[in-house]
Amino acid sequence: MFQNLSLLVQAPVLNVQLLLDGLFIGATFALAAYGLALVWGVMNVKNLAQGDFVMMGGYITVALAQAGIHPILALPVAIVVMFIFGWVVYKLVIRYVIDRDLFTSLLATFGLAIVIAQGLNLIFGPEVRTADSGLAIRSIFGGLVTIAEIKLASFGLAAALAVIVILFMKRSRMGQAIRATAQDARAARVMGIDTDRVYAFTFALNAAICGASGVLISMIWVIQPFFGITYSIRSFVIVTAAGFGNLPGVIAAGFGLGLAEQYGGFVLGAQFQQATVVGLLVLVLIWRQIQQARHRQAVR
Amino acid sequence: MKAKPATVGLYAAILVAGVAAPLVFPHYTLQLAVLWIMILFALTWDILGGQMGYNSLGNILFFGAGMYICALTQIGLYYDIAEYTASSGEIKVDFTMGQYMLGLGLGTVAAGIGSVLLALFFGRIVFGLRGPYFAIGTLGVALAAGELMGTWDYVGGGGGISLPVYPGDPNDRSLLYYFLCFVAAIATFAFLKWLYSTRFGLAVNAIRDDEEKAEAMGIHTERYKTVAWGISAFFLGIVGAVFGNMVGFIEPLEVAFPTVTFGIFMVLMVLLGGKGTLWGPVIGATLFHVIKEVTWTYLLGWQWITLGALIIINVIFFQQGIMGWMREKWPERFGIVVDRRATISASEEAQ
Repeated sequence: MFQNLSLLVQAPVLNVQLLLDGLFIGATFALAAYGLALVWGVMNVKNLAQGDFVMMGGYITVALAQAGIHPILALPVAIVVMFIFGWVVYKLVIRYVIDRDLFTSLLATFGLAIVIAQGLNLIFGPEVRTADSGLAIRSIFGGLVTIAEIKLASFGLAAALAVIVILFMKRSRMGQAIRATAQDARAARVMGIDTDRVYAFTFALNAAICGASGVLISMIWVIQPFFGITYSIRSFVIVTAAGFGNLPGVIAAGFGLGLAEQYGGFVLGAQFQQATVVGLLVLVLIWRQIQQARHRQAVR
Repeated sequence: MKAKPATVGLYAAILVAGVAAPLVFPHYTLQLAVLWIMILFALTWDILGGQMGYNSLGNILFFGAGMYICALTQIGLYYDIAEYTASSGEIKVDFTMGQYMLGLGLGTVAAGIGSVLLALFFGRIVFGLRGPYFAIGTLGVALAAGELMGTWDYVGGGGGISLPVYPGDPNDRSLLYYFLCFVAAIATFAFLKWLYSTRFGLAVNAIRDDEEKAEAMGIHTERYKTVAWGISAFFLGIVGAVFGNMVGFIEPLEVAFPTVTFGIFMVLMVLLGGKGTLWGPVIGATLFHVIKEVTWTYLLGWQWITLGALIIINVIFFQQGIMGWMREKWPERFGIVVDRRATISASEEAQ
């Protein structure tokens, strides 16, 4: 099992490959996790359908690619479509769970996740898909390390989207309204902010971010209707580790998770890649609990 | 406490129906056995989810654990497990009736005990988590268990294990497993009915209502929580052992740790029936099982979408469940207890 570990020590250049892949993948994780942090922080909704929004974005890309549209051009389409979808989902479902207890949003969005995953399965079939970008794959270090140009492009796009979202949250009226609502919804209402509209916008924005993340993932990795739950768990791992309202933390945890998965998959074997994600979730929660236990010591 | 004749009649009717059902409808024995398993799922989930207010999404862990423990005991009694799983079905198991029953009996007991031990161990990890973190943490534990079992070649890995074949007549076999499921569900119900009437039930309810206050009142919450989880683990482990043998083949993701099917069904059934009540899970499980069988038969392909929509509608618009709804509709039928409690607290305030 551990012969791959010694391989990493003997051929350090392999680390470069894992590091790069981890960062490229981690950037897309961080994007989806930021969306979760947004809805969790602003409206206290724990969205278990997060990963299925990501898959929807991916399938929009695949569908457009079949129609002959380049995957990168699918990015704006996916963002708009997912924004509208998010708004509709808010009006139909999420609106009713905001003021309810913590478990309601988890279960309701879990039901949503089942509907989306099965819907995708009925439309596109259960096969693993990817959107071919047609860009070249470059190799460095004499062919030992390969970098697909599309991965670089997707990294750049993820960074650009993150910057746009941050600027939007800081500068625009709506961004300010969202942050005000997150701080104190009641006070925001008193100040004349239509919080219902803010919630709807936040959830739609989250869906759009997830959709964008899905577009990138469909270009650099694979998508499948039932991979959604893994992406949801990834988002939860990242947000739980970083805490919401902590954007640098979310980005760092996203990269960390990407790296951990690449190394876990390489050292332990590819069948452990899923197990690494859920294992990390359990570890993060244990770590959180130890911290809280220390916090509670004073009370005892 | 003296039971009313109507209640006794109801219990007798259920017992008679349970015994007679497989004899009257021999083609549906498997579905009926699964119905009892569903009722047991709902009852055990409600110990934590309804009575204690801890919404676990990972109780299915014990179901799968019991299944594996029982299978390994049954095979390990007479064979070398590593050789057996490595041959992936090449070694044909040929048990006599005595060997088979001994293996099944020991395996079921081991499954119950093993699941309790697992619950004690994982309880230490997850019970520090509150609210959504508890739900996500237990979900993570159950998902991780399935993934890890799939990579462990000693127990058959992703390919699974086939269990010993029943040495007798297939009809006897399905009847045997039907009655095992039936007895397990009835025993769970009877045990929980007794349990909720004891101090334990009150303590667990106190934890649901306000954990900090319960702790301040001197209830050792950590111990109660772990024991409550251990109880649900015990019954889940036993029924897991029975279900594994009933299916005859264990595979980590679909059969042993079906987190997104059975693991979620148990939550849904309790919510449908009304959580925090004794009868709610039973009613919810029965209704759910019927709905599920009907949609699986007539809406093939769309059954999961129907189910997802059902979850959403149930959670958003009907979270009190059938029992909760009846309690609102006819409070006097449940009201005797409520009134007395109100008068007691009023007189206490007056003193």
